[in-house]
Amino acid sequence: MPRKTYIAAINEAFFEEMRRDPKVLLIGEDVRIGVFAGTRGLHAEFGDKRVIDTPISELGVAGAGIGAAVTGLRPVVDLMFGTFMYLAFDQIANQAGAMRYMYGGQTNVPVVFMTQNGAGSSAGHHHSQSVHQFFMNMPQIKVVLPSTPYDVKGLLKSAIRDDNPVVFLNSLSLGGKRGDVPDEEYLIPLGVADVKRVGADVTICAVGSTVYTALGAANKLAKEGIEAEVIDLRTLSPWDKDAVLQSVAKTGRFVAVDESFPTCSAASEWAATVAEEAFRSLKAPAQRVNNKDVPMPFSPVLEKAVLPSVDDVIAAVRRTLG
Amino acid sequence: MDHRDIPIDAILDIYTRILRIRRFEEEVGKLFKQGQLPGFVHLYIGEEAVAAGVCAALTDEDTIISTHRGHGHVIAKGGDIKRMMAELFGKATGYCKGKGGSMHIADFDIGMLGACGIVGGGIPVAVGAGLSAWYSGGERVSVCFFGDGAANEGSFHESLNLASALNLPVIFVCENNQYGEFTPATRAMNIADIADRAAGYGLPGIVADGTDALAMYRAASAAVERARSGQGPTLIEAKTHRSGGHAEGEEAFLAGQQYRIESELAAAQAKDPLRLLHTYVSEKDLIPADELESLDESISRAAREAVEFARESPLPEVDSIFEDLWV
Repeated sequence: MPRKTYIAAINEAFFEEMRRDPKVLLIGEDVRIGVFAGTRGLHAEFGDKRVIDTPISELGVAGAGIGAAVTGLRPVVDLMFGTFMYLAFDQIANQAGAMRYMYGGQTNVPVVFMTQNGAGSSAGHHHSQSVHQFFMNMPQIKVVLPSTPYDVKGLLKSAIRDDNPVVFLNSLSLGGKRGDVPDEEYLIPLGVADVKRVGADVTICAVGSTVYTALGAANKLAKEGIEAEVIDLRTLSPWDKDAVLQSVAKTGRFVAVDESFPTCSAASEWAATVAEEAFRSLKAPAQRVNNKDVPMPFSPVLEKAVLPSVDDVIAAVRRTLG
Repeated sequence: MDHRDIPIDAILDIYTRILRIRRFEEEVGKLFKQGQLPGFVHLYIGEEAVAAGVCAALTDEDTIISTHRGHGHVIAKGGDIKRMMAELFGKATGYCKGKGGSMHIADFDIGMLGACGIVGGGIPVAVGAGLSAWYSGGERVSVCFFGDGAANEGSFHESLNLASALNLPVIFVCENNQYGEFTPATRAMNIADIADRAAGYGLPGIVADGTDALAMYRAASAAVERARSGQGPTLIEAKTHRSGGHAEGEEAFLAGQQYRIESELAAAQAKDPLRLLHTYVSEKDLIPADELESLDESISRAAREAVEFARESPLPEVDSIFEDLWV
């Protein structure tokens, strides 16, 4: 199977979906140039009407995407960095996140808000935050955060075809990751987790960049004879609760690894759910591994210290082993 | 005012829209006082000329987006007052099945893309509707109603710039009723005309008399023509007045404090848009008095029937809270 980068897989998804459906268009700052290369080359094929460069106006552009979506198009709004989405919160939370319900089902809002999520490039606080946990608190928004080239392509294609608003997050640190991506078309349904490593001793649940942290920890633990199961949720809302509960029923131990602040994080939600619904399966308390609870510092050594590490995950697994 | 060039059919149409709004809103005001409506309501009385004049210049394909003070826009676009009233009562037969309420009524079938409880929140969405119209290559235009308060929100400025930069068929209609809630616009901005802000974004900014429905129709028609012919967006500032307060029952929030500027209040009373248009058509003998009277009778009856419909309608099933979430 051909090996492709994460960012090339995103690019392929756009080409395929825009060729398939003339209602799909892309709007945002510098989408022609494609700052992270995900949208590169699209303008040459699809032109000014479908690849629309906009002013740096996150609120306005997000709203324009919503307005286009409720009048028959399927826009993808590129908001470049997760932190820039804070500027667009009113439109995402109050409009996209409510219109269908608030108007009694009169409209669908098939818009995708795409952005880079998380840290890892030493860009300082304003370009290095995870935002997925905020959108998990918006009941009408789907949230996707893929970890591999294969997943990002199949999930982006599904997100574009979804009739609900989707926040589609790419892990900033994963752009250059290579993986198997077939040339043939495929889709990955939203809301379905993927077991990235099978194991019987402990369940490690992760998403986006932390899938690799979890796998790194699992490989080290395997040398000690501890077999971890690594579940990549891939979609955060709705999330695949059954996959997690089934795994915990088998392993009896649970560690949640999530690149965001600990309070009300994705990991908090998973751990709370396991505590509520799988308590009797648990042989030890569920554990969370998150960012340290501070703004993101710039210096690479400090940034690394704030992010969940392989050692953090191993320590959490050891706590479950008593 | 002299509007001899506007055909009588159009004038009667505009007059009918104003009257429908007025009689509906009067019923709503009564119901609120009687404690029959949950939540709070913001009446459009005094501002009817704006919605009526603008919507008379639109086709069914054109879209509008509205505000928390949005009943008038729905009615002017041709909305069903029974389903509106039912929504105000929180009934299952309402436009939004009781999930929207007074500030969130929509009727997508007639191009009414929704009222919005966030000041300025609908403006970017209207730009998107304009983008969609531009993309489709047809003649559809997108209209956004908002108030003077919204003109101080970032969404207003981003939207004007975006629509102008992309040359989209959007008409921004600012209803300057002179107050953002209880704060006079004169204290919220240091300019006399919001229309001047258009110049900063490279689109025309027109000041219109928002109490003169035919002047609004004229201003809107010119902006619609501009948009349809690919010349881009227009900002129309309609100078208007609220007859009443910000919200019904606002006395409870004010605790006896006065905020209305007396000269403005006097102007509001003198420039009631319904009376102005009634006087115009009567003095010019454009529409016979008995026709106006019977029109009022039938519209008033329809408003009362809407109340009856709403009262008799069932409440939503509680299980419906899980409906219309995901597609």
